[in-house]
Amino acid sequence: MRYAMAVDTRKCVGCSDCVVACQTENKVPIGYCRDWIVEVNDGTYPQLEMEIRSERCNHCSNAPCVRCCPTGASHIIKGGIVLVNSVKCIGCGACIASCPYDARYPHPGGYVDKCTFCNHRLEKGMKPACVEVCPTKCLYFGDLDDPGSEVSVILKKRKWKTLIPEAGTRPELYFLV
Amino acid sequence: MTSRRDFIKISLIGAGVVAAGAGTYGLIRNFSGKEIKPGKIDDLFRTPTYCEICFWKCAGWVYKSPDGSIWKVTGNDEDQHCNGRLCPRGTGGIGAYYDSDRLRTPLIRTEERGRQVFREATWDEALDYTASKMKEIASRYGPHTLALFSHGSGSSYFTTLFRALGTDNIAEPSYAQCRGPRDDAFLATFGEEVYSPEITDIRDTKCLVLIGSHLGENMHNGQIQEMSDAIDKGAVIITVDPRFSTAAGKSKYWLPIKPATDMALLLAWMHELIYNDLYDKKYVEKYCTGFDQLKAHVKSYTPEWAYGITTIAPDLIRNTAKEMANASPSVIVHPGRHVTWYGDDFQRSRAIAILNALLGSWGRRGGFYMPARVELASFKIPPFPETKVSWQDAFPGKYPLASTAVSNLLIDASIPENNPAFPVKGWLVNATNLLASVPDVRNTLKAIQNLDLLVAVDTMPMEITGWADVVLPECTYLERYDSLRASPHRRPAIALRMPATEPLYDTKPGYWIARQLAIKLGLGDYFPFEKQEDLLDWQLKQVGSSLDEMKRIGVKNFEREADDIYFKDGDDISFPTDSGKIELYSKYLEDAGFEPLPVYTAHEEPPEGFYRLIYGRAPMHTFSRTINNPYLTDLMEENSVWINPKVAKEWGITNDQYIKLKNQDGVVSDFPVKVRVTERIRWDSVYIVHGFGHANRKLTRAYGRGASDTQLITNVKTDPIMGGTGMRSNFVTFVTGEAEEGLGA
Repeated sequence: MRYAMAVDTRKCVGCSDCVVACQTENKVPIGYCRDWIVEVNDGTYPQLEMEIRSERCNHCSNAPCVRCCPTGASHIIKGGIVLVNSVKCIGCGACIASCPYDARYPHPGGYVDKCTFCNHRLEKGMKPACVEVCPTKCLYFGDLDDPGSEVSVILKKRKWKTLIPEAGTRPELYFLV
Repeated sequence: MTSRRDFIKISLIGAGVVAAGAGTYGLIRNFSGKEIKPGKIDDLFRTPTYCEICFWKCAGWVYKSPDGSIWKVTGNDEDQHCNGRLCPRGTGGIGAYYDSDRLRTPLIRTEERGRQVFREATWDEALDYTASKMKEIASRYGPHTLALFSHGSGSSYFTTLFRALGTDNIAEPSYAQCRGPRDDAFLATFGEEVYSPEITDIRDTKCLVLIGSHLGENMHNGQIQEMSDAIDKGAVIITVDPRFSTAAGKSKYWLPIKPATDMALLLAWMHELIYNDLYDKKYVEKYCTGFDQLKAHVKSYTPEWAYGITTIAPDLIRNTAKEMANASPSVIVHPGRHVTWYGDDFQRSRAIAILNALLGSWGRRGGFYMPARVELASFKIPPFPETKVSWQDAFPGKYPLASTAVSNLLIDASIPENNPAFPVKGWLVNATNLLASVPDVRNTLKAIQNLDLLVAVDTMPMEITGWADVVLPECTYLERYDSLRASPHRRPAIALRMPATEPLYDTKPGYWIARQLAIKLGLGDYFPFEKQEDLLDWQLKQVGSSLDEMKRIGVKNFEREADDIYFKDGDDISFPTDSGKIELYSKYLEDAGFEPLPVYTAHEEPPEGFYRLIYGRAPMHTFSRTINNPYLTDLMEENSVWINPKVAKEWGITNDQYIKLKNQDGVVSDFPVKVRVTERIRWDSVYIVHGFGHANRKLTRAYGRGASDTQLITNVKTDPIMGGTGMRSNFVTFVTGEAEEGLGA
């Protein structure tokens, strides 16, 4: 099993609903976030292009945050989800420095926090909160080992890219272009 | 002259005749009473609501944590407004409940207006004070000197109260400051408005044309969802906007139009469709009247003519006209929502309506569907007293075709030096921050200074509550019942809002407030139910449901009475207009002394060194009301002024610098605003998101953040037809130096 998410940049309007749904679902303290919006503009008026991306932890198969964690708090579970054990975490911040995607933040509770792909919801057969709330339905989630999952299907159908592939992290967050 | 109210009456009669004869098209279609069963209900530990953070009113569920505190709100899967997905504001709606700056107790002013010095009062005191002042004004000057300004779900209760008092001074800024010109223009053309949610069939459209409408930045949930579906299905999107909006970024064609020239483009498109035989001939022949006059009228409006005005290349005008025609009738020239721009907005909306008629999109799949709704029974109350003096009598002859009271007219009537036939003396303002929604704030403040009474009902301290004599704190939508939502849609449906929890602090529901005021005014008979839930239960039972059932399911969908969501080929249809046809040429307008066909008027241009102020929405905020919401502030805490890099270079202004804006009348923004240097805006314009720049210090997160567009809009171009306040003829220049540090910095 290999969980992955695809973000359709052609549909995303950057409304930030994914951000606030994650905040309320996971009780992320106000002022912090596990996912965020990036808007990239290119060109000169009126020849312009815009790409909007909903970004979060890339749940890398080759995760630098896990390799550099001195306590083993950062770990990978079944399905390839990268998690932080908040009890084991000493808040040293090595993982924050090592992440090329800037996906982690220091939680005021004294540990490092990040996207979990809403593991607690997956266990109940639900999708991540961001996927379920998105008004444009631009987020696709599922198991890449299952060729029939919506994420497998959409990645087969559409052109996609990953972010900073040169970092060699083997990210599982895909952007449909 | 036929007044708008007579017109509607005639329309209704027309529709009755139609129902007996041909189809039942024309006015809102009914429900069959046959219920559509919801999907599985998997969780009983939640309560239903519909959202009050904006007017889209999406139905959802409120979940609580084990400790009983409100945890989250999610969409109701059965709801057509949201399809189970709320927008960021709906998801962040719990912030309205948790906002520690909320109004907590009734307040009575102790010093003169302009200084926020209040004493806390009991409900009894505050209501007694309000009722006695209202009574005094009504008996001394007449009930027509009291005015209600309102927005949102609570409007119906206060409307009942004011009708019971004997006045029709009942205005919503959502009319004359927003969608009024559109609604009235579509009424004048098709005999029917576009409703809310709009009846645009975006999910099945092949071509969506947006005229300054920034779907995706305005988060009109159902429409955004359907635009996304349309993108998936390969629909062509054409966006006309001087700003590279989010929607422009999703469009096959972006027409970076010179601001204030949309009418020229619309006329040129009509010319192209007609003179190249691209319009839907069969549809126009069968259903429309006035085609020959229209054809003659647009003869000279060639793409070359429009090019000189709009700066849009003729080929682009031609190609986009062809795209629309190729998609016809599955094409939508979107009517927009906030359309009060230049003072000829009724006529621009008419042009949009006419284009849709030429393309045959009204009543067609992928164009405009014909909505249906549940007719809720009204519990029998005494008849309202006759309105002896109407709002229109304040300035006889003004805005003759307005279909409802005009907020700015009532404000003007509150200023004696304007010589109204009667001066308005007392306002009740419910859930609308007039000082951030009605332009020319100086004028509104002048009106306020002339009042004998200003009562504000709100959940949050706002600019308007700061000026009020009495502040009546309402609990949030998560803590109260409200009227059933029965908006027209593809399927008739109802939705329930119920309290998820007891109200925090000493706050009360709007229904309770209106009823208590009515009782104190001797009008208690108009509110026969002490508890609103008993009224809701009674109403629900009339349509075969009950409060108990609705508490479990939240939304109930019904079958339509007939298969009439789209016109069928060859249907004989009588439209509820005077002629029974779609009126391309409007005799109704002509008789009232206005242009029967839309004409292009050149609008004011920015003076040297000034830039047109364009404002709009951000997806995470609704007007000025959400700016202090902790979740939504977190997403966007201030607005920024978008400046084209060429202009910024000329001024030596850099990204993230704080500046102030000064308009053509010398009004300087209260607070500094951050600069965003971006190619996404034309060099002749600047852009800010509406709603920021709050001046009430009691809003601890929103105070002083960003610039208020409303404050900078002092050159108001009022639509002579219906009173809409055109707000886009304001020009700003930059004040640098004194404002280098942002308050938030």
